[in-house]
Amino acid sequence: MISAFFAIVRRDLILAVRLRAEAVNPVFFFILVVTLFPLGIGAETKLLQTMATGIIWVSALRAAMLSLDSLFRSDFDDGSLEQLLLSPHPLTILVFAKIIAHWLVTGLPLLIVAPLLAVFLGLPQQALGTLLITLVLVTPVLSLIGSIGVALTVGLRRGGMILSLLVLPLYVPVLIFASNAVAMAGNGYAVDAQINILIAILLLSVVLAPLPAAAALKMSMS
Amino acid sequence: MSFVPAPISRFFHRMASPPHFYCLTNKLLPWLTVIFILLLGYGLYAGLYLAPTDYQQGDSYRIIYVHVPAAWMSLFIYVVMATAGAIGLIWRIKLADIMVICSAPIGASFTFIALVTGSLWGKPMWGTWWVWDARLTSELILLFLYLGIISLYGAIEDKRSASRAVSILALVGVVNIPIIHYSVEWWNTLHQGPTVTKIDKPSIHIDMLIPLLVMAIAFKFYHLIALLQAAKVELLKREQNSQWVKTMLESET
Amino acid sequence: MPDHFSTRQSLQARNLSCFRDDRLLFEGLDFTLENSQVLLLEGKNGSGKTSLLRIICGFREQDDGEILWCGNAIEDSDFFAQMAYVGHLDGVKKELTVTENLKTALALGRPGKYSLDQALEKVHLAGYDNSLVQSLSAGQKRRLSLARLLISSNTLWILDEPFTSLDKDGISLIESLMHEHITAGGMIILTSHHDLVLHESYVQKINLSPCH
Repeated sequence: MISAFFAIVRRDLILAVRLRAEAVNPVFFFILVVTLFPLGIGAETKLLQTMATGIIWVSALRAAMLSLDSLFRSDFDDGSLEQLLLSPHPLTILVFAKIIAHWLVTGLPLLIVAPLLAVFLGLPQQALGTLLITLVLVTPVLSLIGSIGVALTVGLRRGGMILSLLVLPLYVPVLIFASNAVAMAGNGYAVDAQINILIAILLLSVVLAPLPAAAALKMSMS
Repeated sequence: MSFVPAPISRFFHRMASPPHFYCLTNKLLPWLTVIFILLLGYGLYAGLYLAPTDYQQGDSYRIIYVHVPAAWMSLFIYVVMATAGAIGLIWRIKLADIMVICSAPIGASFTFIALVTGSLWGKPMWGTWWVWDARLTSELILLFLYLGIISLYGAIEDKRSASRAVSILALVGVVNIPIIHYSVEWWNTLHQGPTVTKIDKPSIHIDMLIPLLVMAIAFKFYHLIALLQAAKVELLKREQNSQWVKTMLESET
Repeated sequence: MPDHFSTRQSLQARNLSCFRDDRLLFEGLDFTLENSQVLLLEGKNGSGKTSLLRIICGFREQDDGEILWCGNAIEDSDFFAQMAYVGHLDGVKKELTVTENLKTALALGRPGKYSLDQALEKVHLAGYDNSLVQSLSAGQKRRLSLARLLISSNTLWILDEPFTSLDKDGISLIESLMHEHITAGGMIILTSHHDLVLHESYVQKINLSPCH
C-alpha cells in the first residue's frame, strides 16, 4: 500500500515535470490576476495596502480552482483512472497520493510567489510570516476540498462552471480565517486563534476529504 | 443492515417500496393539505392581526412570520436532504435517492425566500436593501450550496449516477455548513461590529411567538406536501418501465 | 496445473440485469466461469457487452442480480487482487516511458509471473524500455497495455476488444498469450468480433443480442 502510494506520487511528479508548461499556468494566472488589481482600482498605496490580503487570497483561490481540472482529467481520458479503481489497494489512499502530488505541483509555487506579490501590494512586513504560514496550511485544504469537486465533475464535458459552483462555497471558511489572520497580523495583533482553526480545518480535510473524493470518482466512472 | 433491529429494517424497506409509497402518498396528501391550509390561515391571521405591534419597529417586523420560518426551513431541508443522501448511499434505497433530489429545489426556494424577505426587512431596519450581515451571508452561501446540487444533478445524464453524486455532495455540504456558519459569524463580528445586533431580539413576546411557531409548523407541512408531490412524479418517471406502474396505469384508464 | 492457481476459483453471475437509459440490455443472465475457461461475449454494437464487462469490474452497478467471486460478493473477496482489465482505453500515460508505465502498474497490483523485461520481450516491445509512450504506434500501445496482464499476478483477465488496432502478428501474439494463460489455469472474459482460435473445450459463449 505504501509503495502504491509513493508510486502514484512519483508518477504524477514526473508527469508534472514532463508537462512543465501546463503546471506553471496557475502560477502565471495568479500573478496576472494580482497585477490586474492595481490597474483596475488605482495604484494608491493606502488602498492597495488595505486590500492586499483580500486580493492575494481571492486570486490564490481562483488559481487553485484553475489548477484543479488537471487533478483527474488526463487519468480519466486515458484510462489510468480505471486502473486506479481496479487496484486492490484502497482507493482513498491512492486518491490521497494524487492530491499530495497535485499540491506539491500547484500549491507550493503559490507559497513562493504570494509573499513576493504581497510586497508589491504593500502588505506590512510583519504580516508576511503569517501569510506564509496560512498559505502552508490553506493550499493543501484547497487541493483536498477541490478534489471532491473535480471527482464529481470529471465525467462531464463542461464541468468547469459547475466545479466553481460546487467548490467555491466550501472555500469560504478558509478564505475568512486565512485573510483575517493576515490582516490582523498586519495590524500587529496575535493570530493564534485563526492559525489553530486553520490547522484544525487542515487535519479535518486530510482525514475526511479523500473519502467522498474516492466515492465520487467511482460514481464518475459508472 | 445487521445493526438495525429487524422489525425497523422491515418497516423501512416496506415504506420504501415504490408502490407502497405511491399509495400512501396519495392517501396522505389531501389530509396534509387541509392541515397546512388551516395552520397557514391561522398563522397569517395571528401574525398579521392578533400579534401586537413592535414598539421599535412598528409593523415592519411582521415579515418575520415569513422570514424566520423560511430561514429555519432552509437549514432543516438541507439536513433532511443529507440524511436521505446517506440512507441512499448506504442502503441503496431508491426512494432516498429521489428524496434527495426532490428536496433541493424546495430548500433552494425557502433559502431564496429567506434572502428576499431578509433584504426587504433590511430596508426599514438598516436603510439599505443588503447588508453583509452574518445570517444573510450564511443564507446566501447556503443558496449556492443548493444551486450546486441542482446544477450537478442536471449535468449528469445517468440519473442513478447523478443521485449518487448529489448525495455525496449533500453530505460534504452538511459537514461544512456548521464550519461555514461559524466562520461567517467570526468574520461578521470582526468587520461589522455590534451595529446589526438589534436584529436578533433577545426575547420575544409570547403573543408574537405563538404565530411564529404556528407558521413554522405550517411551513413544515408545506415542505412535506411539496416533497411528497415531487417525489411521486419523480418515482413514476424512474419506474415507468416497472410492472406496478404499468398495472396502475391500466387500471386507471 | 502450476501452483499459483492451485486452488479452484470461480466467477459466478446470477440473474444479472442491466438497463441503460430505460432500455433493457439484458436480464436474467447467469454464467459460471472456472479455471481454464474462457467466456466470450458476443452481440451487436450496443447489445451490452461493454456494460457487462464494466459491471464485472465494479465500475457500473447492475440493476438486478449478483456477482460472486469464489462464492463471495465481489467487495468481500480478493477479486481485485485476482483480476486485470484491458478496456477500450489503454490506461497508459503517453508522457511516461514504457518502463515507468509498467512500474506504476506493478506498484498498484502484486508482482506476477514475469519480470518487466520478460513481459516486454513477450509482447515484442523489448528495446523500447525508455521510449516515451507517445512515440509508440497504436498497436504497440495496445501491446504495452497487454504487458500489464503479464507483470501482475492475476487469475482473471477481462479484455474488451483486445484485438483492436493490432496487426496479424499482434493478434496471434495475444492468442498465444491467452492460450498460455488458460492452460496455466487462468480465466478470461472477453468481447471480440474476431474469431477465436482457442480450442472449443475452453470456450463458453454468451450472445447478448436482444431477444425481444
